[in-house]
Parts: sequence; C-alpha cells; structure tokens
Amino acid sequence: MAALGIRIRLAVCATLLFVSVATLPPASAQQPSSVNPTADAVKEQQLLQQLNRIQGLGSIPDVKSYVIEQPQGREWRQFHEVWLHWIGAVAVLGMLAVLLIFYLTRGMLRIESGRSGINIVRFNAFERFVHWMTATCFIILALSGLNITFGKEILLPLIGPSAFSSWSLAAKYAHNFVSFPFTLGVILIFVMWIAGNIPNKVDVEWLKQGGGIVGNKHPAAYRFNAGQKMIYWIVVIGGAAVAITGYLLMFPFYGTTIAGMQLAQVVHGVVAVLFVAAMLAHIYIGTIGMEGAFEAMGAGTVDLNWAKEHHRLWLEEQNLGTGPSELQRRPSATPAE
Amino acid sequence: MARMKFLCDADRCIECNACVTACKNENEVPWGINRRRVVTLNDGKPGERSVSMACMHCTDAPCAAVCPVNCFYTTADGVVLHSKDLCIGCGYCFYACPFGAPQYPRLGNFGSRGKMDKCTYCTGGPEADNSPAEYEKYGANRLAQGKLPLCAEMCSTKSLLAGDGEIIAQIYKDRVAKRGYGSGAWGWQTAYRETIAT
Repeated sequence: MAALGIRIRLAVCATLLFVSVATLPPASAQQPSSVNPTADAVKEQQLLQQLNRIQGLGSIPDVKSYVIEQPQGREWRQFHEVWLHWIGAVAVLGMLAVLLIFYLTRGMLRIESGRSGINIVRFNAFERFVHWMTATCFIILALSGLNITFGKEILLPLIGPSAFSSWSLAAKYAHNFVSFPFTLGVILIFVMWIAGNIPNKVDVEWLKQGGGIVGNKHPAAYRFNAGQKMIYWIVVIGGAAVAITGYLLMFPFYGTTIAGMQLAQVVHGVVAVLFVAAMLAHIYIGTIGMEGAFEAMGAGTVDLNWAKEHHRLWLEEQNLGTGPSELQRRPSATPAE
Repeated sequence: MARMKFLCDADRCIECNACVTACKNENEVPWGINRRRVVTLNDGKPGERSVSMACMHCTDAPCAAVCPVNCFYTTADGVVLHSKDLCIGCGYCFYACPFGAPQYPRLGNFGSRGKMDKCTYCTGGPEADNSPAEYEKYGANRLAQGKLPLCAEMCSTKSLLAGDGEIIAQIYKDRVAKRGYGSGAWGWQTAYRETIAT
C-alpha cells in the first residue's frame, strides 16, 4: 500500500510539473534581451539631479570639453537677457528721470552768498589727474559695457549688423584694456582720499538734514560730505567688484569654471549698471547741478563762499592749518593749474 | 521642413571616436577645436557609459539669445548657425551653452578668443552653399547636398542618429521597444525641453 501511495504521489507531482511547465510562458525564448546590460550604468537625470552637471573623461587634450551637460546656462541666459536688462534700464533711466525732475524743480544750486572772488585750492594737480584718468576710463567702460547688454536692442537696428559688429569688437577690446588704467585709478582714489572718507558723526547730521539737497539748509561738512563719501565708497567697493569679476572674465578658466564665470558676469553686470547710475548722479551734481562744483575738479580751486556753504568744517581746518592771512594769499600762490 | 536633431543612443556608444574623427576631417576643423567629442562617464568603473556630444541645435537656443551682436540664426531645418563675420569673440555663448559647444581658436586672455566655432550640423554658414568661402570658415555643407552630418553617418554602431527629430525619435523608440531598455535621449530635455517616452 505504501508503495502504491508513493507511485500515486509521484504521478500527481509529475502531472503538476508538466502542466506548470506547459502553461508557463517561454520567457527566455521570446524575450532574450529582457536583461538590460547597462542597467547599472549612470543615468542622465540622476547625474543632473546630483550635480546639475554631467562630467566624464575624454580623449582630447581640452579638459573643459569633458563636461557634456550644464543646464544652468539657461538660468544665466535668463539673468542676462531679462533681469539684467530690467535692472539696467530701471537703474540708468530711473536715475536720469530723477535727475531731470530734480533739475526742473530746483535748477542749479547756486552759491547763496554769491562769489567772493577768492579761490582756495581743493584738489591738487595729481588728485585731478587721477580723477580724470579714472573718469575717462569709466565713461569708455560704461559705454562699451552698456553696448554689450543693450547695444543689440538700441544701436544694432540703427546702424546694421556689420557696422555694429565692428564697433562692438573695438568696444570689447577698449573695455578689456582700459580696465587696467581704471583699476589703477580706483586704487589711487582709495589711497589718496581714504583719510577724508571715514564716516563720522557729522555725516549723520548731514544725512538728517538731507544734505541740503532737500530744503535749503547747508549742513556742516569736512572735506567730503556724506554724499561724497557715498560716491567714494561706491567707486572703491564697486570699482573693486567690477575689476575683480572683470579680470576673472578676461582670463577664462584661471581659477574659474563656467559656473564661476556665469557668477562673475552676474556680479559684474549688476554692479556695473548700479555704478553707472550712481556716476550719473555724481556727474550731475558736479556739473549743472551745483554752481561752483565743477571748478573744484576742473581748475582745482573753489570759491571761498562755496567752501563756506558746503564744507564749512573743512574750511575751518584749512584756516587753522594756514592761518587767515595765508588763505588770502593762496589764490596768487597757486594759480589755476 | 524637418526639425533636425542629434540623438545619441548611449547604450550603443562604444567610444570609438569615429564621429569625432569624421567631423574633424569633413569640416577641416582647426587644431585645438573639437566640434564633437566623446565623453565617458564613470570611466573604468562599473556603470561606465559613453556619450557623443556636440552642439544640440537647441530649440530657442541660449547661445543665440545671449549673443550681444545677434550673430546667430536658425535655418528652416532648425539648425543653429552663426556668422563668423559678425562674431566678436566675447565668449557669452560659451557661458550660456548647456553642452559646451562653442569653441574658440585662441586661449581667450584679454578677450582675444577669435571667432567662435561650433558644430554646424554639416550645414556651413551664411555664405553661398558649398562655396569655398563657406567651406573655409565653417566646413562642409552636406545638408545642401541632401546628406546628413558625417558624424552620424559614420557611426559604427548607429548610436549617433541625425535627422528629423520625429523620425530619429521613432527609430530610438522602436529600438528600445525591441531590446527592452534604453537610457533615454541624452541632452534632449535640456536642448529641446522634451524627452522621448519609452
């Protein structure tokens, strides 16, 4: 009985096995390639999620080419083509509009007590040389820089692609090479005028009174008032920022990657357009905005009454140092250089 | 008109560099410039994969958008080309390109990069089709002769596909369906804002 039982069980098992084999799909026969030989290989989305960049190894000397995908170029493009245009347009046109409105409402700020006819030295020849060297460079840099961002929208339709390219190529080289004397100028300005540009209590009061720009007061100031100090620090800090980022862009791949250069360009562009806006205000107040201001950097001397009204404490310092009689002799001692 | 695209089937690329050689020879590409290159990811490690990459001729190309002199243009076939006569070598296209396609003949210090060079999809430049001036500046214009880019034509494993985007996407889909796997079209999401559903 036991033997019969074993035989029956064997028969049942064999039948079940046969049935199961017969009904199973012959997987290996129909889909021989269902094994993915590259299943464990790197995947594009996974790599992009990890580093936002795909880099490998190549067989050509140009190691930069080993990066095959870096989609953040799309974001930099968004910055360069949209945000920078808005920031630049609002900063530059906004500043021009503010200055125009100010000029139309206030006109040129006059020397209230009129000219005294006595001139005193405000900036010596070296200071004026440094100022105008930096200023000339700045204007070239600003125009060629604005051309790179706005030229294709403003100038290109006017003069056509061929002329615009020739001009832009020249402007690019001017931008690159004029940067050197500009940087030198910023360094000299920093060293030359740092002593007079440390913020102090007088500046707080000057700012509280709106610098006399709003209203007709003449708050006291030493050689440089709080507004001039702001211009100074904008030139020094802004100048340093555009110089450093500019040189990073001028020497590609020296300590930077593409991402680094994108960042450098963002900083360079934003600081530069704000710098231009600030300098427009500086140019305004130094020329048509205020009587007697331009000659400080032009001839190097200012009228005594101008100094009394705008830089009373500085004038007192000058008088203490030289004595009143000295002051009277000064104009003849230092002819307009 | 067709919308020309490249598609690298990375599961097939064997890193033979025939595409690179074909490109250099067909277009007389100068020393130091590689319009196409093969890059191996995880080289020598498990999970190694090679991808052939060049200009992808992006939809709404970033290089063209950021160019300060608007020297780029897109042909009726969707190929992104540029004019070396207008290029000022500023390097902006290189910052913007997601694929590192723009190349410059010189190092670029002091902004002296020279005129940008990149893959033309074997479509030359703005000069008259197949003129000597076009060949000298941009290389071959095979598309005007009814031929596809030589890199894809030469590909020994037909990993690199060139042609109308819809057709090469269909070829790739059929391959994936038949062999049962595929790593996707490398760079398509970045270049064309679309992937191939497989």
